[in-house]
Parts: sequence; C-alpha cells; structure tokens
Amino acid sequence: MAKTFNKIRAKYAIFGVLFYSFCLAANFSVILFLFVLLGDVFLQGYATLDFHFLTSYPSRFPDKAGVLASIVGTFYMMLLTALISVPLGIGAAIYLEEYTRDTRFIRFVKLNIQNLAGVPSIIYGILGLTLFVRFMELGRSLIAASLTMAFLILPIVTIASQEALRAVPHSFRLAGYGLGLTRWQVIRHQVLPMVASGMSTGVILALSRAIGESAPLVMVGALTYVAFLPSGIMDSFSVLSIQIYNWSSFPQKEFHALAASAIIVLLFMLFILNIIAIGLRIYFQNKVRGINR
Amino acid sequence: MAENTPHLENLLTQAVSGGDRSKVFSRFGKRPSYSFKERFIRYILRSFSWLTISVTLLIIIILFWDAIELFRQYSIFDFLTGTKWEPFGESKKLGILPLVSGTLMIAIGASAISIPLGFGTAVYLTQFANKQMDRIMTPIIEVLSGIPTVVFGYFALFAVTPFLQIFFKNMELFNATSASIVVGISCIPLVSSISAEALRAVPISIKSAAYAVGMNNFNVVTKVIVPSAISGIIASFILAFARAVGETMAVTLAAGASPNIEWNYFIGIQTMTAFIVQISLGDTPAGSLEYYTIYAVGLMLFLITFIFNMIATLIIKKFREVYK
Repeated sequence: MAKTFNKIRAKYAIFGVLFYSFCLAANFSVILFLFVLLGDVFLQGYATLDFHFLTSYPSRFPDKAGVLASIVGTFYMMLLTALISVPLGIGAAIYLEEYTRDTRFIRFVKLNIQNLAGVPSIIYGILGLTLFVRFMELGRSLIAASLTMAFLILPIVTIASQEALRAVPHSFRLAGYGLGLTRWQVIRHQVLPMVASGMSTGVILALSRAIGESAPLVMVGALTYVAFLPSGIMDSFSVLSIQIYNWSSFPQKEFHALAASAIIVLLFMLFILNIIAIGLRIYFQNKVRGINR
Repeated sequence: MAENTPHLENLLTQAVSGGDRSKVFSRFGKRPSYSFKERFIRYILRSFSWLTISVTLLIIIILFWDAIELFRQYSIFDFLTGTKWEPFGESKKLGILPLVSGTLMIAIGASAISIPLGFGTAVYLTQFANKQMDRIMTPIIEVLSGIPTVVFGYFALFAVTPFLQIFFKNMELFNATSASIVVGISCIPLVSSISAEALRAVPISIKSAAYAVGMNNFNVVTKVIVPSAISGIIASFILAFARAVGETMAVTLAAGASPNIEWNYFIGIQTMTAFIVQISLGDTPAGSLEYYTIYAVGLMLFLITFIFNMIATLIIKKFREVYK
C-alpha cells in the first residue's frame, strides 16, 4: 500500500517539476524574444541613425534618405486621431455606463463594442477606403487616414473608459444625488475626477496602438514618397510605419538598415507616449488623493 | 445657523406652493434631468455612443454591398470552392481556398507558438513566481504587446528567416514558418494576460481547500486551479487564433504573395489579409473585378474573426460571472 502511494507521489513529483520548468521556460523565452528583437533592430539600425536621417526627406538613394516627412506625418495623424476619437469614445462610454439601464439591448451593444476591438485592422482599412476616400471624396488625405484610425481605436478607447467608470463605487454617485446634484453634475464633479487617471492611461495605450498600425493606412493610401510636410488636413502624407514597411520590402540591403533606424525612431515615440501615460496617471492620482482628504 | 433657517423655510414653502422651484434643491423643483443643459448633454453623449455602434453596421453594409457586386459577375459557388487564386491573369480564377489555407497555416503555426508559451507564462506568473518577479515581468510582457506588427514583419524577414536558413537550406526567402513564428510571438501577450486574469479570478478558498486535503503545490495548480480557470484560458486561445487570422503587416512582409494550397511551410504563401494589401498597393481601378474581390475576401475575414471574438467574449463573461 505504502509502496504504491510512494510510486504515485514520485510520479506526480516528476510531473510537477516538468510542468514547473515548462512554465519557467515559457516565461523566459518571452523575455528572450523581446531582447533578441530589440537587440537585432538596434544593431542593424543604429549606424544609420543620425541627425541627417532625422531631418531629410525620403530618397531613392539610401545615403540621402530620411524620415522627416514620416515623423511629422505621424505626429499630425496622431493629433487628429486623438481629437476625433477621444471625445467620441469617452462620451460613448459615459453614456453607456452612467445613463443607460442594464437592459438586454444595452448589454448587446456593449458586447458589440467589445467585439469591434477584435476586428482586424485591415477591415477598418477597407471601411476607410470606401467611406472616406471614395464615398466622401476626401481622397488619400491626412483627414481620411485620421478618421479611419479614429474608428479603429474608438472601441478600445470606449472599453478602457468603461472599465475605469465601472471601478468607481456606486456610493460616490449616490452621495452626489443625495446632495441634489443633477446627473451631469455628478459625472462632472464626482465621477470624472476619480476616473481621470485610468481613462488617460487607456486612451494613451489606444493611441500607441494607432501609432504603430500600418495596414489600414496602406489601404487608405498613406504614401511613402512624400518630399514635403503636410500643410493642411487635405494634404497627402506619410507615416513611420508605412515607411518601415516600404523600406523593408525593397531588395537593396542599404534600405533594410534604414528600416531598422526608422523602427528605432518609432519605438522611441512609443516609449515617449508610455512615459506620458505614466506621468498622467501619477498626476491624476495625486489630484484625487487631495480631494479625498 | 439660526439666521439661515427662516430663509430656507421660506424657500421650501415657495417650492411646495409652486413658487420658484429651481432656487431650492433641484429635487423639489423641476426634475434635474429635464433641464435644457442636462438634456443637451445627454443627447450629445447618446449620439456619440450611437456613432460608436454604427461602425459595426457600416462595416457590414460596406462589405456586403460590394461583395454582392463581385458575386453578380462571378459565381459564389466557384468563389468558395475554387482551388486556384489568379485574379490578375487574362482568365481570372477566383477560388478563395488557397487564401484560406494560407491564413489557416499562419493561424495554426502562430497558435502553436503563442498558446503554450502564453499559457506557461501566465501559470508561472500567477502561481509559481513571487510578487517581485510578477512585478518585473508583467510590464516586460506589456512592452512586447506594444510593438507594432510591421516591426515583427521586419524581424521575420531579416532575423528569423536568415537564422532558419542555416538549418533548412531549401527554405525560401518568403516562407510561412518565419511569418508564423513572429505572429505567434506577437500573440503571446494576449494569451498570457487573459489567461492570467482567469487564473487570478479563481477564489482563494478553492486553492485553500485543495491544500487542506493534502495536495502538493503542483497538483493544486494543475488539478484544481487551471481546470477552474479553463474557460477563460480557452477564450484566450480563441482570441489569439482570431488575432493571428487577422494579422496583416507581418504576413504581408514575411509570408510572400504566392497563393497556393500545398501546406508547405518552407515556401511562400498568401493570406487573405496580405492579398487585400496587395490589391490596394497596386493600381487596380475602382470598379474592376479585382477591386471587388477585396470586399468578398474582407467579408470572409470579418465573419471568421467576428464569430471567434464573439464566442471568446461570451466565454470570458461567463467565467467572470461564475466567480463574482
């Protein structure tokens, strides 16, 4: 009896060690991937990353090519996308969480928004191409791309804001109503200060998804050879991710190094966005702490 | 205090007897939600949420509308069952199966990478690792999830493929293997974060009960906690698969543009997403047959991913309710 028991124990001990080492290996392989990826890009790209690269327009000659037009294009596109999608997304989230009752229809709507976040970005590209470029005749312009991107991140902004709103205890709202505040006053003065940190983090994470997204922009027609800076919202433009895609698909080796340099610039922009997100989170958290005292 | 009382009394009397109600607490006056400002704000917010939802409708309408245009000119039966995809030649053959098989190859290959590694990471971080480890690792995995997919495409072309070609001499420059590998890596954070959430949702009482009957640490994890969280874990697998199906830039760069149905991971293939990009990069005139194919292919893609996402979201909702 005891012998069998020991056998079983030994068997499970071996199994347990195997399972543990598998999980450990999985964990470290993820880190390994990340460091190999970043290391590879950095080694390939840092040689061509200089001041000239940052301040030149794209060119047929690798040693003259730069990313100025794409950096400025990315910046403008992000700005417009944020201006369109952030009020829309946060407004929709406030309506769904604060104004509606939990009916079957509203539950369906919320489920639908969750699913929209999982729709492949290329589908949004088709939407942008058909609706903005062709139907509304905006052409292959900055505004058409920004509208497409805004649609793409709208569900992500909405979901992040919804989650932030849901985390606010109901007693906070009831206290406001008890004082005779109206619904909007409760939202404006009680709820929004509480959720500002969570919302801003979610919004910036959504924007940082848009900054690296390139499939919809290929559809809408962000160009790769733009030797000027966009001066209005109807201008054609280029973004970093499209530039990277383009240079990567060239056969010449020199352009691959340029692509790696552009990737470093793109990752640096993402890094800045994340720093801003962390800063905003801390700023708003401190503010709320002051209110609670 | 005493000085204020007559004033308040006065106001209350006024309110009850139909005087100027809005000066008193709004509860006594006009219903707050009916004031113009309140109504205005509510209508604005409501229109925002309608706009958000209308995106789904817009997608469905646009895709169906133009896909039907294709099926007027090309039989839907041939489209769904044809094994040749040659949209550019003189005699066009539009059988979608090569694109579907390419997409499935990538999705299955990517799942083979992302599912075990993502699951293992989630179990390690939630069950075995100490807090310190978890605090360091979780942000690192988040960094991986923030890397743009075009970067993964670059990585596949110029790092993974050259590395694999050392071992497999007959591997082409564009191949399904390296595309699958990088798509898999890009899906790991998705699997690990959702699985970890499901594992963390298992109540501590279940864990304690398992220890109380004398199970050791590994048995508790493999026989109690993981099975309790299995629905959420499976949902994360489905989501990863759907993400791999819809993945675009990495496969466009790394998997090539040669639609075939051979299931050979060493040669180039084409996925549905890569084909859509290929059409929109070329100068296909609007209104031609090729132009409408992107809507039919897009419709397929949308239906597949939407159904997968719907199933996964429903499962996740279920496990959240079970442990509330």
